[in-house]
Amino acid sequence: MTELEDQLRRSVAGPIDPERVASRLARRAADAGLLDVAYARMDSPLGELLVAVTRRGLVRVAYEDEPEDEVLAELADRVSPRVLRAPQRTDAVRRELASYFARRRRGFETRVDWTLVRGFARGVLSATAAVPYGEVTTYSAMAAAAGSPRAYRAAGNALGSNPIPIVVPCHRVLHADGGLGGYAGGLDRKRHLLALEGVLPSVR
Amino acid sequence: MGVHLPPFQALVDAHAAELHRFLVASVGRDQAEDCLQETLLSALRAYPRLRHGDNLRAWLYKIAHRKATDAVRRIVRRPPPGDLDALPAAAEPSVPAHEPSDDDVWLMVRVLPAKQRAAVVHRFVHDLDYRSIAEQMGTTEEAARQNVSAGLRRMRKEMDR
Repeated sequence: MTELEDQLRRSVAGPIDPERVASRLARRAADAGLLDVAYARMDSPLGELLVAVTRRGLVRVAYEDEPEDEVLAELADRVSPRVLRAPQRTDAVRRELASYFARRRRGFETRVDWTLVRGFARGVLSATAAVPYGEVTTYSAMAAAAGSPRAYRAAGNALGSNPIPIVVPCHRVLHADGGLGGYAGGLDRKRHLLALEGVLPSVR
Repeated sequence: MGVHLPPFQALVDAHAAELHRFLVASVGRDQAEDCLQETLLSALRAYPRLRHGDNLRAWLYKIAHRKATDAVRRIVRRPPPGDLDALPAAAEPSVPAHEPSDDDVWLMVRVLPAKQRAAVVHRFVHDLDYRSIAEQMGTTEEAARQNVSAGLRRMRKEMDR
């Protein structure tokens, strides 16, 4: 390769730091009112979490079992395609979650954006959001709170597809006979959360 | 509805590095990063209004090209810095000593005849082999090779002056 060719190649190949590009863009987008969905990842005792916020509030919490590209694609389709990685924007939520896991916090001040929840599920999940820390309720009670006492199966489905687990505490909903029921993040995580809140004895 | 646009961050992650290379070649290293941000911000603003999600990479390049043109225009229009007394002194260092700077080299690329310029950019910015350059430009592989080497030859001649 000649010197000139080498210079041409070298001079454009300069490294750019993708995180720097992303954070600068996120800041400018936020200032310009163009940041519709901001997301970031965080560590937790239940594995890595992805949290996404809009101007209205927390719109999504995803466990690591859900592929990030699918979670983000759904947000792009159903909320806005202006989705950016913007850790700063999610700081408040991530701090609250961290102190919840550290047992320093029992409730969340972060507002919830219900955009991803429609119809009957909305009623079920808003009722669930009101179940206090350390208490449990049943699928049929949540169905009743949403206006259809006999629709406990539909209530189960709504809880199983809760887009904002932990903060909308679907882990506090159990079977009437005391059985754990289901959990979208797996029963181990449900047990962990109930133990954290003192409902179940700590296993470890 | 029915338009499926990927999350904008996916576009940024997939294309920021190559757009940056393209902009370094077009406006120089000093301006490339700002130009990249302008490109992405403009794209983000228009993004939800797109009618379809086909060929988003080409769409981004179009915006980058526009931003680069604006930036170059600004540089050209900018009056020389300082008062008139300072001009002769300021003019001296800009004469390429022996080694042309990276930006000088790309300035030379910009004044090449269109085919040679495109071929050189494909080769060194997009890192394409001659067959892909030929495909992109609708020429034979041999013509692509010749366009690149003719461009380089011209630049060397310019540098030796």
